[in-house]
Amino acid sequence: MTTPLAHYLILAALLFGVGLAGALARRNAILVLVGLELMFNAANLNFIAFWRFGPRPEALTGLMFVLFSIAIGAAEAAIGLALVIAIYRHRRTAQVDRFDSLKG
Amino acid sequence: MLNEIAFLLCAALTLAGAVAAMTLRNLAHCALCAAGAFAGLAAIYLQLDAEFAGFAQLLVYVGAIAILILFTVLLTRGAEIQPGGPAASTSRGMGLGVGALVTACLIGAIMASPGLRGHAPQTVHAPVKRIGEQLMNQYVMPLEAIGLLLTAALLGAVIIALREPPKEPPAP
Repeated sequence: MTTPLAHYLILAALLFGVGLAGALARRNAILVLVGLELMFNAANLNFIAFWRFGPRPEALTGLMFVLFSIAIGAAEAAIGLALVIAIYRHRRTAQVDRFDSLKG
Repeated sequence: MLNEIAFLLCAALTLAGAVAAMTLRNLAHCALCAAGAFAGLAAIYLQLDAEFAGFAQLLVYVGAIAILILFTVLLTRGAEIQPGGPAASTSRGMGLGVGALVTACLIGAIMASPGLRGHAPQTVHAPVKRIGEQLMNQYVMPLEAIGLLLTAALLGAVIIALREPPKEPPAP
């Protein structure tokens, strides 16, 4: 007896919702990035779950997609955190509502 | 039954870590809770017979990205929230509302799908040897592209975060 697919999908949906709410509601740019990573991970979980329950798991398609997706996530985190550090050096703050130089 | 209990434990660890990472006030605690959430997801990947993805997740997310986030938190120490100041932005209500709405839509769609109740028929074997063969044959172009992208992204991150040299005085 294994866990049905719907449970994994519901976990991924909850994780995505937490990440989305955090990315929209938190003030600190680092935590906005953490929220993005949580949403990314929710999508990866969906890929793995559909691959495992799909009709032809031996083709390894979902697994491959997740491996590439993890690499993209690493690149995104590195660039995003470098941007946070660069902005902090100029503005001495990491709060997103203080990044308002371009505001009309 | 055992499988179900293991899944519930891992899911609880993941969700608790995610919620704590998004709600706690201390940024260092947030980064550590996010690492816990990533580790819980890695355990779920292992449970789903995706050993390679699980260990890759553990290495990349818990080992690298969580530590990178922690370093950034420590490097932007002065940005820490003053005690008494708001931790959430002014759009807090809207953010929570949008998050709840999206989650409700997704869960409603999952509950309404009849095809998702089924159980996985058999154990799936995804040995590392087969993954390597696929990466070297069918997916060799994406592999090259991702290598190039990672190199460019890491060089770009170093250049962006590099301290700018002080301006030279104008030549007489």
